[in-house]
Amino acid sequence: MKWGRFGVFLGIAVIIVGLTAGTVASVWKQIPLGLDLKGGISLLYKVEPVDNKPLTKAGIQAALEAVETRVDSLGVTSPLINLENGSEISVQLAGAFNQQQAEQIIGQTAQLAIYGEVTKGKNGKAAPVPSSLLVTGRDLKSNASVGQDSTTGAPTVDVTFKNASQWAKITKQYLGKPIYTFLNGNLITAATIEDVIENGQTQISGIGSVEKCRVLAKELNAGSLPYPLKRIASTNIGPQLGAASLKATMYAGLAAVILIFFFMIGMYRMAGVIADLAIVAYAYVTLLIFAAFPITLTLPGLAALVLGLGIAVDANIITYERIKDEVRNGRSLQSAVIAGSRRALRTIVDSNATTFIAAVVMFWFGQGDVRGFAVALMVSIIVSLLTAVFLSRTMLQVFTRANVVRKPWWYGSRKRSVEQ
Amino acid sequence: MKVHFDIIRRRKWFFTISSLITVAGLVVFLVSGFNLGTDFKAGSQVQVQLNQPFTSTQVAHVMTEAGLTLTPGAVTKAGLNDQTAIIRFSDVLTSKQIANITSDMKTAFPKALPPQINTVDPLVATQTSHKAVLAVLFASLFIVIYVAIRFEYRYAVAGIIALMHDAFIVMSVFALLRLEVNLTFIAAVLTIVGYSINDTIVIFDRIRENMKLTPPNSYEELQALVNKSLWQTMTRSLNTVATVLIAALMLFFFGGQSIHDFTFALIVGLISGAYSSIFIASPIWVIWRGRDFRRKARLAALDKA
Repeated sequence: MKWGRFGVFLGIAVIIVGLTAGTVASVWKQIPLGLDLKGGISLLYKVEPVDNKPLTKAGIQAALEAVETRVDSLGVTSPLINLENGSEISVQLAGAFNQQQAEQIIGQTAQLAIYGEVTKGKNGKAAPVPSSLLVTGRDLKSNASVGQDSTTGAPTVDVTFKNASQWAKITKQYLGKPIYTFLNGNLITAATIEDVIENGQTQISGIGSVEKCRVLAKELNAGSLPYPLKRIASTNIGPQLGAASLKATMYAGLAAVILIFFFMIGMYRMAGVIADLAIVAYAYVTLLIFAAFPITLTLPGLAALVLGLGIAVDANIITYERIKDEVRNGRSLQSAVIAGSRRALRTIVDSNATTFIAAVVMFWFGQGDVRGFAVALMVSIIVSLLTAVFLSRTMLQVFTRANVVRKPWWYGSRKRSVEQ
Repeated sequence: MKVHFDIIRRRKWFFTISSLITVAGLVVFLVSGFNLGTDFKAGSQVQVQLNQPFTSTQVAHVMTEAGLTLTPGAVTKAGLNDQTAIIRFSDVLTSKQIANITSDMKTAFPKALPPQINTVDPLVATQTSHKAVLAVLFASLFIVIYVAIRFEYRYAVAGIIALMHDAFIVMSVFALLRLEVNLTFIAAVLTIVGYSINDTIVIFDRIRENMKLTPPNSYEELQALVNKSLWQTMTRSLNTVATVLIAALMLFFFGGQSIHDFTFALIVGLISGAYSSIFIASPIWVIWRGRDFRRKARLAALDKA
């Protein structure tokens, strides 16, 4: 028995367990969670060309910026906005908030227009006479705010015209006559001009609740989108649902790890203990990488990590089975460990490389969930190679050289004695 | 070496079993096809964890009250205890409809969690399915290239046949059980592809090594060598599939609702992958590799005569 080597072995074991137990909670907190784990909405918009004019790069960029401004006005923490496939804009908003309202602010342009004349439309509703268009939302400054009608007390949206003299001219022309305000094609107010307005300010009433006025003010301030946006995909996940999924998957993962621990110790005894320590290191290092980059953890990603755990365990099993072969061939335990580990390495690298290729292809072609899965799989293959091969191999060799045990039984061999 | 069951000589059994399963799978495909999820078929899907027993008509009633039209069979049950409702719409829901569903479901089922709602436009659905098919094809192609370089082309082709066998079995099971085929299912198939080839390579690696140590001189010797290699790696094959299955089973029974089908696909694929690596891939390689020996034997017989 060589105490020095045994000390090194114990030292590594204590570092792995100590570091993991001590810091895993704070590492976990730094990992960003995907929408499926914490709830939120994910929206995918397509930027659509108008009037057969093709989309330009600058135009798409402008649309992206417009979406960013609109999302900012929502006040959601850390939104994710990306341009995908050239002309698609994805927006991911985490947490709990009014999803319908958010969508409205992001994807819609408030089309405000004031007309001088209306006719009765086909469905009996008032329709504007196009030639009588006086002003539109584009003529407004970006300072719309919620106000109150001084006589009725109803909520209004207070707006200012960019060109005050234009509004003064209109109010002079229509003095004593009604003008008609349309929002997104619907008549909201028909008001009679009672005074000439010189300062360019006016109030728009008939919108509805204070909340609706607030949304409209935001929409008007966000300006018009250079191209219309079409929502082509969306996912809404309630925050409690996300939390429930996370909790369930965590418990399932924990149960799997504990069962695998017992399985490995039962099959490979002392070597199984070393494999278990390598599993702990694998889990810790993987989480560390997710926290450091940071990589967003999704539910399929969690599943990939558990699969990676299987791959890490497999590397140990391949090595230990090799060692047992070498013992069967008549080698001493020490030389069997060295020869077995060396021979197993090539097998492990070849088998992991093929799985890694599958993960890379998935990342290349996949979107969203599939990508999250692929990234997690790639990370876990690399980490499992490092921990299961180099870490557990070193530990096994140090432990073997420490001469604490001599019987191959300790490494899972059936034979109790070594033929030397 | 203990006397073991000779896998290689009994290969006809395994080829027959796998052919039967494949034919059965084909029939299932032709008869019913896939139950495509919203990822591949445009429309909307609402998934609500109700946390209470319910009937499909109850849920359908809430939807009709909300002014939505449902096709027959649009409401299905999911989850381990059937307390999750999945409602499919062929239309893309508007944000107002989504808001209505959320509040109406909460009123009708007080214990319900906020729903998960997916909407997919036809354009995105076609894009996604093209990408998914490309991913599987390219993954296989790159794996073939890698294995052909590291081993030889015969290993690569035998490995790919085993891999396709596994992917096909999982797809057949999903078609048969009418489980939904969505993006996560594609991720599961890709994982199985990766696992199956991983499993096969470990056995091929041992065959390659034994071929170098004791090059066989006849077809008989080749068969014996492969059979020996299979048994040498048997403990590893079984132990590995056992550990991965432990993880997959735990996720299946206790993991989140949204990865339930995913882990089910994994379980089927893992079992099929372990089986095909041992009983399909290696025997195919033996037959192919053995052709050289058989040709030589025929030539030798001709020379004698």
